[in-house]
Amino acid sequence: MKNGELVIDVEGITKRFGTHTVVNNIAMQVRRGEIYGFLGPNGSGKTTFLRMLCGLLRADSGSGRCLGYDIRHESDAIKREVGYMTQKFSYYEDLNLQENLDFIARIYGVPKRKEVVRASLEKLGLYARRKQLAGELSGGWKQRLALAASLIHSPQLLLLDEPTAGVDPKARRDFWDEIHQLAADGLTVLITTHYMDEAERCHRLAYIAYGNLLAKGTVDEVVRSAALSTWAVSGPDLHELAASLRELDGVEQVVPFGNTLHVNGRDAEQLRKAIQPFQREPYRWRQAESGLEDVFISLMDTAEDNFK
Amino acid sequence: MTFHAFSFSRFWAVVAKEFIQMRRDRMTFGMMIGIPLLQLTLFGFAINSDPKHLPTAIITADHSTFSRTIVSAMRHSQYFEFIGEAASEADADTMLDEGDVQFVVNIPEDFSRKLLRGERPNLLVQADATDPAATGPAVAALKQLVSTSLERDLKGPVAQLRDAAGPVNLILHNRYNEEGITQYNIVPGLMGVVLTMTMVIITALAITRERERGTMENLLATPTRPTEVMIGKIIPYIVVGYLQTLLILVAARLLFHVPMLGSIPLLLLLMLVFIAANLAVGITFSTIARNQLQAMQMSFFFFLPSILLSGFMFPFRGMPVWAQHVGSILPLTHFLRLVRGILLKGNGLHETLPHVWPICIFVLIVMTIGIKRYRQTLD
Repeated sequence: MKNGELVIDVEGITKRFGTHTVVNNIAMQVRRGEIYGFLGPNGSGKTTFLRMLCGLLRADSGSGRCLGYDIRHESDAIKREVGYMTQKFSYYEDLNLQENLDFIARIYGVPKRKEVVRASLEKLGLYARRKQLAGELSGGWKQRLALAASLIHSPQLLLLDEPTAGVDPKARRDFWDEIHQLAADGLTVLITTHYMDEAERCHRLAYIAYGNLLAKGTVDEVVRSAALSTWAVSGPDLHELAASLRELDGVEQVVPFGNTLHVNGRDAEQLRKAIQPFQREPYRWRQAESGLEDVFISLMDTAEDNFK
Repeated sequence: MTFHAFSFSRFWAVVAKEFIQMRRDRMTFGMMIGIPLLQLTLFGFAINSDPKHLPTAIITADHSTFSRTIVSAMRHSQYFEFIGEAASEADADTMLDEGDVQFVVNIPEDFSRKLLRGERPNLLVQADATDPAATGPAVAALKQLVSTSLERDLKGPVAQLRDAAGPVNLILHNRYNEEGITQYNIVPGLMGVVLTMTMVIITALAITRERERGTMENLLATPTRPTEVMIGKIIPYIVVGYLQTLLILVAARLLFHVPMLGSIPLLLLLMLVFIAANLAVGITFSTIARNQLQAMQMSFFFFLPSILLSGFMFPFRGMPVWAQHVGSILPLTHFLRLVRGILLKGNGLHETLPHVWPICIFVLIVMTIGIKRYRQTLD
């Protein structure tokens, strides 16, 4: 497969648990070598979607291909070429690092297993700790082990479900550098996250809420398509100002950022009119760029209105 | 109030929280009520150390008043229940070997003639004494009732036969365990108990643990098939089960000098069916239990009746009929007969088969439930 080819190309993917639709009619295209961010509130169906992609769950309807295989009928072939890192650490805490990697390598039937495991330990800087039990590792090291294990069989596609939850900033940055390096080498990465800085490090994004895909594209495209108008205001007693602003029609979110408030709404004209009475001393107003977080929270609120 | 003092409100907060959690975990709560009820039922109603109505076969060529008197006296004692007549001694042996009867009463041809002549004829009673506790009370009653029962018939001219030695020479033959050594019965049975414990509890825990810790999801995302996971997880415990068996066999031989009349390879082979039964239970429990504590409790719920109703601790035939029916469902009941039959009676494949197929049926039923549940938990 060449760079730019579609690694994931699915449409109409739907999954119901009982009467509850968890994933509703989702289409997604991910190109080879791309880091694709998958965002959305908790319980929005992200994990379920990942599980359907890697063949853990069968979609109720929808079709498409993952790595060139039919996602509904060729899940065995897909599983061989996909690395999946679950949200919760899911390796054996009572095995040491080497034993864990060795086990996973055996499951995938990796050729020259011993060398591959050794190389993997060295590459991730875990070789010196290879005899340590996985259960004794700190969060950051557990995450490194999980990444190493999900890469042991040289997959074509890496599915990461909130991989950096509870990991310190340095480890998080190292992790992302590693992901970018892997993507540059041709690995496709689909990653779910709640961190905006991480979302901005993805090549492209999709936003899902209550099972529905609400936005997709690059960071800029997503922000632009939301057409959110944002103002920043600073001054004294911001708390009281925020309370009054929240009452206004046209104001969707009022978010404190240190000594400023970010005020935004989807209708730029209505928002401008609404805040006009407050554009006086001692407040200083300026127009600001909408951030990804503003966009997502706005999307989520809209979605809540529509799907309640 | 100082910070270090015992705070009633803090203490009460913990108590209240415990009760809330207890109520949430329905299964644990059910077990807390269920296990005492189960124990009450089993110990209160099912267990009886004075077994009566023991199946007895009779061989007789002497159809006299005297033999009828003896038989009816035995029946009236309630210890013996005559289930039929054995055609020959070989036939009687088979019935004892297969465990169909506990006693065989043999009244020889010239019994009444010799009795009237005062020659003290033999009355031969063979007992299946693999479990001495099962036959003990019945044998004690038998000795008494033979002489007293004939007193009524021996009147007038033959009254002088009621002498001190008694009119009849009762020959009691304790088969399979002549000295009535309890260990001969308990130690082979222990094999079944230990296997039940290991196989059910360990498999239930091992699989539940994999799900509880999330490692099962990881495994299923790999190309591994669920059957590979299951079989792979089970085999090590089968090996452990066999090691336990060997340990007990060696101890039985060297420490307790338990006789081993039958074929050990046959025993080890048939044991596989029993192991399969327990594994099936363990796997099924693991598909129902949400955590290891629940798996443990369910295993205990299975283990308790297995120990008490199988004939391991208390004579099977001493239990009321309903308890015997329940006991007959349990694989341990049949395995105990199987292992005791092979070791103590020297049973071969033919005599053992009646104890094998009930276990097979158990495996089939439990396995079906287990597989159904397992499929459900996957999706």
